Amino acid sequence: MSLEPRAGQTPSILKKSTWIDFGIRLTAVILALVFTSLILVIAKAQPLEAYKSILQGAFGTTIKFTSVIASWVPLVIATSGLLFTFTAGLWNIGMEGQIVMGAVFTVGAFRIFDETGLDPSLVIFLAFLAGAAGGIFWALLPGLMKIYGGVNEIFGGLGLNFVAKTAAIWLIFGPWKRPGVASGSGTEWIDIPFRLPYIPGTNLSLTILIIAIIVAVFTAIMLKGTHFGLRLKAIGKNDKAAYILGIPTTRYFLLAFGLCGLFAGIAGAILVTSKQYSLIPDAGFGYGFLGLLVAMLVNYHPIWSAVIAFFFAALSIGNTELQYMGLNSYFAGVLQGFLVLFVVLVDGVRKRLVTKL
Amino acid sequence: MKISFQHINKWFGKVHANNDINFTIPSGTIQGILGENGAGKSTLMKVLTGFYQADSGEIFLDDKAVTISSPEDAVMMGIGMLHQDPLDFPPMKVIDNFLLGTRGGLFPNRKQVEKDITRLSQEFDFQINPDSFVETLTVGERQQLEILRLLWLGVKVLILDEPTTGISANQKEKLFATLLKLASQGLTVIFVSHKLEEVEQLCSRVAVFRQGQLVGEVMPPYDTDQFVYMMFGKSVEVADKSTFRSEVPYIKLENISLEDYRLRLRDINLEINCGEVIGLAGMEGSGQRLFLRMLTGLMRPVGGSILYGGHNFTGRTYPVFQKAGVAYLPAARLEEGLIPGMTLTEHFILSEEHHELFVNQKSAIDLTEDRIREFYIKGTPASQIEQLSGGNQQRALLALLRNKLRLILMEHPTRGLDIESAIWIWSKMKERCKDCTSIVFTSSDLDEIIQYSDRILVFFGGLVSKPIDADTTTVDELGQLIGGKGW
Ligand SMILES: Nc1ncnc2c1ncn2[C@@H]1O[C@H](COP(=O)(O)OP(=O)(O)OP(=O)(O)O)[C@@H](O)[C@H]1O
Ligand SMILES: [Mg+2]
Repeated sequence: MSLEPRAGQTPSILKKSTWIDFGIRLTAVILALVFTSLILVIAKAQPLEAYKSILQGAFGTTIKFTSVIASWVPLVIATSGLLFTFTAGLWNIGMEGQIVMGAVFTVGAFRIFDETGLDPSLVIFLAFLAGAAGGIFWALLPGLMKIYGGVNEIFGGLGLNFVAKTAAIWLIFGPWKRPGVASGSGTEWIDIPFRLPYIPGTNLSLTILIIAIIVAVFTAIMLKGTHFGLRLKAIGKNDKAAYILGIPTTRYFLLAFGLCGLFAGIAGAILVTSKQYSLIPDAGFGYGFLGLLVAMLVNYHPIWSAVIAFFFAALSIGNTELQYMGLNSYFAGVLQGFLVLFVVLVDGVRKRLVTKL
Repeated sequence: MKISFQHINKWFGKVHANNDINFTIPSGTIQGILGENGAGKSTLMKVLTGFYQADSGEIFLDDKAVTISSPEDAVMMGIGMLHQDPLDFPPMKVIDNFLLGTRGGLFPNRKQVEKDITRLSQEFDFQINPDSFVETLTVGERQQLEILRLLWLGVKVLILDEPTTGISANQKEKLFATLLKLASQGLTVIFVSHKLEEVEQLCSRVAVFRQGQLVGEVMPPYDTDQFVYMMFGKSVEVADKSTFRSEVPYIKLENISLEDYRLRLRDINLEINCGEVIGLAGMEGSGQRLFLRMLTGLMRPVGGSILYGGHNFTGRTYPVFQKAGVAYLPAARLEEGLIPGMTLTEHFILSEEHHELFVNQKSAIDLTEDRIREFYIKGTPASQIEQLSGGNQQRALLALLRNKLRLILMEHPTRGLDIESAIWIWSKMKERCKDCTSIVFTSSDLDEIIQYSDRILVFFGGLVSKPIDADTTTVDELGQLIGGKGW
C-alpha cells in the first residue's frame, strides 16, 4: 500500500478515463443504431435503405452538406452556451426563449437602422450586438430570480420561454405586422444587403461558420483551461464548499447565465440574418432544446459537443430526404430518442461498475 | 453471527488497500478495529457490506461462504453498517425513513411500525419520536435512529465506522451501553475507531491494521503503548503544552447576540489575542457553531459589534472576512469543505488566489505534490477527494488552508485523524500561532481542548461561560459545566 505521488501519473489516468468514456459513448451509438434498425424491420422498412438515404440526404450534394453545416452552427453555439450553465450546475431550460429574444432584438435593430443609410455591415454588426443583448437580458432574468427570489431556474426558464414566444407572436401580429396582412409566417423580410451572403454554390454563410468555430473554441478553452472554468465546475459540484473556498458563487452563477445568454442571442441573430430573414413565431427553431440534449449526451464535454452536434444536424437535414423517398419521417426522432436512452443507460451501467471496481 | 475473512485482497489502482486479510470474529463479541489513516479499515468494512467487491478472497458467515454484492444484499444477510460520513438524510419523518427500507407490501402497516420504533427506542433508552423530522435530529440522534432501523431490519452484525465524533458524552455512554447489550444478546459488533481508550473500554478483542495489512490481534488486558507501537511502528508522544499567546488583542467582540431558529446567545464580550488558541466546549448544538460562523461572517449577529484589528467588521460578509485573513474549516467536510468529484490538484488551485486567466497545470501539480508530502496525504495529485480515506480527507482540508492567516476557525479539526496525525497537525497549527495567527476551535474531546487551548469557553443551552484558563481547569470541571451544573 505504499503510494508515492508521481508526476507522470496524472496524464495517464486522464487519458485512460477519456478512452473509457469514448468507448462507452460509442457503445451507446451502436446500440441506438441496432435498435432503430430493429424498429424499422418491425415496421417493414429497409434499415439499410433508410440509413443510406439519410447519408445521401445529408451529404449527397454540396448544397446538402453545407445545409448540414449551416444547421450545425446555431446548434453548436447553443450547446456551447449551455455548457457554461451546466458546468455551474444550472439547468438553463430557458435557452429556447433566450434564442427567441435574440432574434427579436436583432429584428428590432434592423427595423431601427433600416432607413438610416448606415453601411450595411455596420448595421449587421449592430444587429448582432442587439441580439446578444436580448439573449443576455433574457438569461439573466432566471438567474436573478433564482438568486434573489429563490425561484428554481427550471421553472423560471419554462415561464420565460413561454413569455418570449408570446412576445414574438404579439410583435408579429401587432406592432411589427406586415403592411396589409398580419400573418403567422412572420414579419417583413429584412433588406437584401442585411442578409449574410452564402458562399457561392452553397447554403452556408462563411461569417456564421467562423463565429461558430470561435464560440466552440472559446468555450473549450474557457472550460478546460482557465480558473474561470474550474471555479464554475467547483460551484456546479458543491456550491457551499466552493463559497467557503473563496469563490463568489453569486457572481459566477450570473456570469454563467450571462455567457449562455450571449451565445443564445448570437444564435438568434444568426438565424435571422442567414436563415429566416424575419421574425417568426418559432424563432428558435428548437435549437435551444436540441442543445440541451446534446450537452447532456456529451456529459458537458466541449469537444464532443461539437461532434455530436454535427451528428444531430446531419440527422435532421438527412431526415428531410426520407420524406421524399416515402420512408417514415419520424426516423430521426426515433434514432435521437434511442441515442439519449442508451447514453443514459450505458452511463448508469458504468457508474455501477465503477463503484464495484 | 460469526464472520470469517479469508485472504481478502482489494486494490485501488496501485494502492493495495487490503492485503491478504485473514481473521475471524466470533459471534456475540465487540470487535475493535484500529489502524492509522488509510490503513484499509473502511475498505474492509465496505467489502463486508457489499459496497466494494474484493479482488480475491472469501467471506464466511457462520462458516458458509457468501457473496455479498450490494449493501441491500448485506442487510438481507444480516449485516448493517453505520458509515464514517453519514449518508444523506432526506427531509422526511423518522417513520418514513423506516418504511423506505422495507421490501414488503404496497401498503405498509404504519401503526405497527410506529409501535416497533417506540418499543425499540424504549428498550435502549433513546428518545426518538417516530413523527419528528430526521433533519431536526442531532448527529447523535441520527445515529441512534440508524441503529434502531438496522436492528428493526433484523441485522445480526452491526458495523460502526468512527461513530463517536460529533456526539455528546451522554450520547456516547448510551451508545456504548446499547452495544454491550446487543453483544450480550448475541449480536456481533464491529467498532472502528481512532480513540484508544474507547476501544479498550468497549471491545472484547481488537485487530490492528497497518498499510493494508492485519498486523495483529490483541485480547485484553490491553496495553495502550503496545497498540500505538503496532499501529505506527513506533511510540507516539504528546508534545508538551506550548503557548504563543501574546498580549496584543486582535479581535474584539462587544455585546454580540446571535440567533437561529433554535437558539439564542446574548451579550458575548470577548477579546482574542494574537497567537491565542481558544477552545469551545459544549454539547453539540449549544451554540458553538453559531459562534464560529459569526466570526467568519457566515452568520450575521443580531446585535453587537465585531472588531478585527481595530476595524469594524459587523455585518460584513464572508468574502470580506476571508480577504482579511480569516479561514473556516467546517465539520461536514464532504458537504461544506471539499468538493467530491474534483481532484486534489483542482482543490489546491481553487484554494489559492489567482488573478491570471489560465491555469498553470505544472505549477499546480508541483504545489499539490508539495502539500501531499508536507501533510502526508495518502493519494496522488489526480486522486478524487472522495477516494481518500476519511483521515486523509481531513488532512487535505487542513492542507488547503492558505499560508498567511490571521484567524483560523475550526470545527472538530482532528476528526477522523489517527493519534499520530492529530498530534502532528496540532504542532503545525501551533507553528502558525508563532506568527500571530489566532485559532478558535470546537471539539467533543475535552482532553484535546485542554491540551491545545489557552482559554476555553463553555457553551450550554444558549449560555456562554467567561473565558476559563486552560492551565488551571480540569476535564471534570468542564464536564460539569457542559452538563449544566455550576452556572
Ligand atoms: N474509492 C477509492 N478509490 C481509490 N482509492 C481508494 C478508494 N477508497 C479507498 N481508497 C484508498 O485505499 C486506502 C485505504 O482507505 P480506507 O478508507 O480503507 O482507510 P481507513 O483505514 O478507513 O482510513 P481512515 O482512518 O483515514 O478512515 C487509502 O489509501 C485510500 O486512498
Ligand atoms: Mg475510514
